[in-house]
Amino acid sequence: MTTFFQVILDGLLSGMLYALVAAGLSLIWGVMDVINFAHGEFLMVAMYVSYWLGFLMNVDPLVSWAASAVFLFIIGALTYRLIIKNTIGKSAMSALLATFGLSMLLKNVCLNRFSPNFRILGETILGGKTITLGGLIFPLPQLVTGVFALVVIFILYYVIKKTRLGWAIQASAMDKEAAELMGIDTEKIYLLVFGLGGACVGVAGGLLPSYLAIHPEVGGLFSLLAFVCVALGGFGSIPGALLAALLIGVVESLSGFYIAPVFKYVAVFGLYLAVIIVRPKGLFGW
Amino acid sequence: MLANNKRFAGKDMVLAGVIALFAVLPLIPGVLASSFTKHVFILLLLFAAMSQSWNIIGGYCGQVSFGHSVFFGIGAYGAGMAVVRFGMTPWPGALIGALLAAAVAVLISWPCFRLKGHYFAIATFAIVEIFNRLFMVWYWVGGAIGLDYSIMDQGWKNFTWYDSKNGYYYGALGLFAIIFGVVRWMEKNRMGYYLRAVREGQETAESLGVNSSRTKLAAMGLSAFLAALCGAFFAQYNYRVDPPMVMSLDMSMKFVLITILGGSGSLFGPLLGAAVLIPLQEYSRALWGGLGGGLDLILFGLLIIVVVVKQPKGIMGILTSFFRRRLGRPGKGDDRHGAS
Repeated sequence: MTTFFQVILDGLLSGMLYALVAAGLSLIWGVMDVINFAHGEFLMVAMYVSYWLGFLMNVDPLVSWAASAVFLFIIGALTYRLIIKNTIGKSAMSALLATFGLSMLLKNVCLNRFSPNFRILGETILGGKTITLGGLIFPLPQLVTGVFALVVIFILYYVIKKTRLGWAIQASAMDKEAAELMGIDTEKIYLLVFGLGGACVGVAGGLLPSYLAIHPEVGGLFSLLAFVCVALGGFGSIPGALLAALLIGVVESLSGFYIAPVFKYVAVFGLYLAVIIVRPKGLFGW
Repeated sequence: MLANNKRFAGKDMVLAGVIALFAVLPLIPGVLASSFTKHVFILLLLFAAMSQSWNIIGGYCGQVSFGHSVFFGIGAYGAGMAVVRFGMTPWPGALIGALLAAAVAVLISWPCFRLKGHYFAIATFAIVEIFNRLFMVWYWVGGAIGLDYSIMDQGWKNFTWYDSKNGYYYGALGLFAIIFGVVRWMEKNRMGYYLRAVREGQETAESLGVNSSRTKLAAMGLSAFLAALCGAFFAQYNYRVDPPMVMSLDMSMKFVLITILGGSGSLFGPLLGAAVLIPLQEYSRALWGGLGGGLDLILFGLLIIVVVVKQPKGIMGILTSFFRRRLGRPGKGDDRHGAS
């Protein structure tokens, strides 16, 4: 029985990481109806930022996540300015394809500069530490990432629902022209949203080097999982994405343990297809 | 009168282009000495053919599928299984694979076509991942190791050649010609108009009596059938099949990106896209070694961004607006009309 709960716990912890990665994507998708295909590569870039800070200057991921977040905010804003802005009003797929081009660019620039080798940051504060509680083992780095995920998602949700800025974001998402007539600078809002989306994934990527190896291909699977979380949760619903991410984490962990590790993503993507066919707009979509 | 003339001129130019293309292409192996150049041309034709098959559903019908590597892979496995497991020639395997791929495509698409836009795209990603992982552990078809061919007699019967690449070249050319012909025929046929009507507005098309779901399913089935034939060729040419080689997201994206780069929904688009990408890929590999330091993909990524942002109609769009501007100058102000 303890094994079962341990498997569930591991699933929830990875689910929280997926939620943190998916939150930024969900925000961008909800406000601008754009899928950022380079989202996983944003994560990869954030991981490299944190890695190099740790490797060259001995900054721990517990600190350097802030730097990654700022860096990715800038990357996100630049992506909007240089690419996304020019695809608005064109076919629905053009932003997706352009950001796929961006993902190829980022991945291969890192491959070219940093080599395809796996890199691991040794001797971090959290690395390899665990807490045992009631027979369950809590790996500390994952736990801290999970707490960060919940805090970031809560802040994001609070800002969108309760502040004037959040109302402006919601208004731009609902009706761009009407929002502009109300004096909202939608251009600035979009820029901010893309920056915030980048910053969320920057936090995740900044913390990850404590327990995950870094290489140029690391983002691919996270991209797909984040897409699935957001689509499963429902269009632009951040709590939906959180719940979907937890569900996906648990399904992944259970099927990986009780069936076979190779089947875990078959189970995850199969679940997604099953749900999406019954509810084409996701679990919590409207 | 003037407009009429111009339309005729456009038609003649397409026809002349087709004739010139198919007059010159068969002569190429006689002119090229190096087998590497032949290899580049073989891949160019193959990828042009593949992307042309995607163009049917993605370009003409506007259903952007990222799942075509599944159909491509089923075709490749059809040929591979026929040769390796059953000791037959690859021909029946390719045919069965193609039919299976069409059946799988229709079965998968039937529920997925209810999904709109991004939801459809993400569902096709998920399907590729599922197929990839299932084939990785399906030991009957070789699992993660894949299927390795053993030595066979060379010739058309086994679709295998050792002395020269000419056989493969003519095979690829034949495949390209078939798919090109199918799309050309479809463009002028009722089916082509149905597809474009569904792309431009599903509700409007339905209100005019087009059965949109049947049209989309038929296009998907045809597209998957042709993509699977390309897969069978790919297996023969590489002399092996394994899941990451044929059934991966990267392979799926090649179908899409080559077409988008060249110009989706146009007859020559896939060929133009392949003519840019494949030489770039192969020569940079030859120049900088196996990984190429990723430089070819950096360049390709940049190209995709620029094309999508600046000219959504791809290279074809650039060429059309260039020629319109050139040829249309004697006309009135309407020469730029329609060129975007």
